[in-house]
Amino acid sequence: MSKALVYDYTKCTACRACELACSIRYHGEFNPAKSRIHTMIFPEEAVYIPLTCTQCDDAWCAKACPAGAISHNSDLGVWWVDIQKCVGCHMCELACPFGDIAVNPATGKAEKCDLCGGEPECVLFCVPKAIQYKEPEGAPLDKKRAVSAKLKGSHKEVRL
Amino acid sequence: MAGWTGKILRINLTKHSWAVEDLNPDLAREFIGGRGLGTKILYDEIDPKVDALSPKNKLILATGPLTGTFASAAGRYMAITKSPLTGAIACSNSGGYFGPELKFAGYDLILFEGKAEKPVYLWVYNDRVEIRPADHLWGKTTHETEDLIRAETDPEVKIASIGPAGEKLVRFACIVNDKGRAAGRSGVGAVMGFKNLKAVAVRGTLGLKVARGEEFRKASLMALEKIKASPVTSVGLPTYGTALLVNIINAAGLFPTRNFQTGVFPTADKTGGESIRANIEIRNKACFACPIACAPVTEIKNPKFKGSGEGPEYETTWSLGACCGIDNLDAITKSHYICNELGMDPITLGVTIAAAMEMYEKGYLSFKETGLALNFGNAEALVEITEKTGRREGFGDAVAEGSLRLTEKYGHPELFMGVKGQEFPAYDGRGAQGMGLQYATSNRGACHVRGYMISPEILGTPVKLDPFATKEKASWDIGFQNLTAVVDSTGICLFNTFAIGADEIHAFLVPATGIEYTKEEMLKAGERIWNLERMFNLKAGLTGMDDTLPKRILEEPLPEGGSKGQVVRLSEMLPEYYQLRGWDEHGVPTKEKLKELGLP
Repeated sequence: MSKALVYDYTKCTACRACELACSIRYHGEFNPAKSRIHTMIFPEEAVYIPLTCTQCDDAWCAKACPAGAISHNSDLGVWWVDIQKCVGCHMCELACPFGDIAVNPATGKAEKCDLCGGEPECVLFCVPKAIQYKEPEGAPLDKKRAVSAKLKGSHKEVRL
Repeated sequence: MAGWTGKILRINLTKHSWAVEDLNPDLAREFIGGRGLGTKILYDEIDPKVDALSPKNKLILATGPLTGTFASAAGRYMAITKSPLTGAIACSNSGGYFGPELKFAGYDLILFEGKAEKPVYLWVYNDRVEIRPADHLWGKTTHETEDLIRAETDPEVKIASIGPAGEKLVRFACIVNDKGRAAGRSGVGAVMGFKNLKAVAVRGTLGLKVARGEEFRKASLMALEKIKASPVTSVGLPTYGTALLVNIINAAGLFPTRNFQTGVFPTADKTGGESIRANIEIRNKACFACPIACAPVTEIKNPKFKGSGEGPEYETTWSLGACCGIDNLDAITKSHYICNELGMDPITLGVTIAAAMEMYEKGYLSFKETGLALNFGNAEALVEITEKTGRREGFGDAVAEGSLRLTEKYGHPELFMGVKGQEFPAYDGRGAQGMGLQYATSNRGACHVRGYMISPEILGTPVKLDPFATKEKASWDIGFQNLTAVVDSTGICLFNTFAIGADEIHAFLVPATGIEYTKEEMLKAGERIWNLERMFNLKAGLTGMDDTLPKRILEEPLPEGGSKGQVVRLSEMLPEYYQLRGWDEHGVPTKEKLKELGLP
């Protein structure tokens, strides 16, 4: 199974280093506005959520692309944009339910996370390890384990 | 230019006009940015003798060449102006996201001059600049102001604002950004309030370039490895926040208690980082690009002190805690939230309340004057006087002047615990001689972040020094002061220096700017900045006589604990400090020194 970006939102500290790592990797400048990953920050609730392309199994953006510019690389498990084919029609933007693909106004070409070809730069700069690049197989079970650990306490109380 | 955007935004509030100017590359090279560059511009543009609260004073919000990059914790900006609290240079540092956003909008700094006729706020979206009316924001808290401006500008806007304290010219009002970060000390918020400038709102989508990307990236990754390897920056600060120091400093006997009457607070543990984490912390949070994430986000459920927000930090859990003899963490945190929302410096506030409490207990202040039972330890009174001070109501109007003016008003200036009109932070100089000297010589009055001698004297980083010895402390102080001036000018956070030093900062600065500074030239810039601040203060009317400490710190030995029997032996250190600085016996930089540094 190919590796994927696996998030642990509880570890994200809202430092936005991922946005800087991404923007300088692809645009040669520090510019969160051009980053393919963004951290959404809810200060009152103390919730910080990094978001980028989830590499859907059945990608809406690829289906919507009339130019056939978005294809899947199964070795890396990544959807990527062939900029030779992309016509900048924005259909992928409309199709993506998460806002994780966008046409760069400067180039007129769609951009999305391509996992940096297997060495994601955002992961390298994520000190709290809120974003990891790994085989995601165990991830749902990890989550269940963490939630049940919290539930354990309340079950104990109910039993009493 | 690389690192710097090369642009300055000048706002004339009197004329309601603005202009974009080019940053002088020579000045940028000599003074780096942030604190250094801001001080240089202020020094060149105002007469240091002007009244801080007059239209002739200017306010500069300045970033550094590293601000907005992924150099470790590179999210800082500094507010530079003449202080209404001290009459000396004011230079207050803040994190969050505001500084980087200013860079992404295309500016290294914003300079405000004059005074608006009516309340206004500044709205900057890249090259679009508007001075907008702020009548509807006047009187609002900093949090409310952010919400209201966000609703009328852009969801991603970053905002620095003042609360009611800044509007009412509380002499230690601060500038708050990103709901909980503050350019805290010396009353920079009062200058903003005087100018009728309620807030600065910025949205930037322009890119920021460095000169040599790959080299810069490698330097950043290497620094991150050091941050991850240091127990302080990888475990201590993220887990317990800065307040992990409470028990350490208390054990060493220099945790100032009840207005510096002792250095031991028996129940300090109730207010420390461990207690914060166990009782009120939701989680920790980082500022921009910061791998440390030292800020505790907290919530108080106790209905009496209900609230939520960032903090308290070490300084505030002490100033509003031990310094006032209070160990009620809920009340301390509530008072801290009020400081953030009304926009005032909790260090000066806490020490001023402590001075009032000492006067109250000694009978120099009566209930008739205070309207509150200001006994040490009265947690309810703390919260009430915090609110009243931020709004200048009742006795709060007197507290709003700071402790020097308060103690003078009631005839007991000896109870002012500070230097040059600014209150001490949370370390008693009597327990760390180098820190004592640092307080006496700090350019913005008593301050812990001008040369953090606690690091070698108490914490043992980079090496352990005997805190009670005076030998060689002058030279240590100077080294720390100069390096700190560099750090504050580059735009990275001082807390980096628990894990990295001049070598790593130099490794950021050169590839970021493309300027081939040697490490010595970089540190020389720090010395230049320190001397320029000194020159500002001397021209403002301060003298070497102001490089002193309260009688209590010089003459009354600490009565108990780990630093029992100690006073600061300033006279053993100060002449050497002047000499090593290249200053004359009155503390005035010599002509030779100024020439060497290229200062006028």
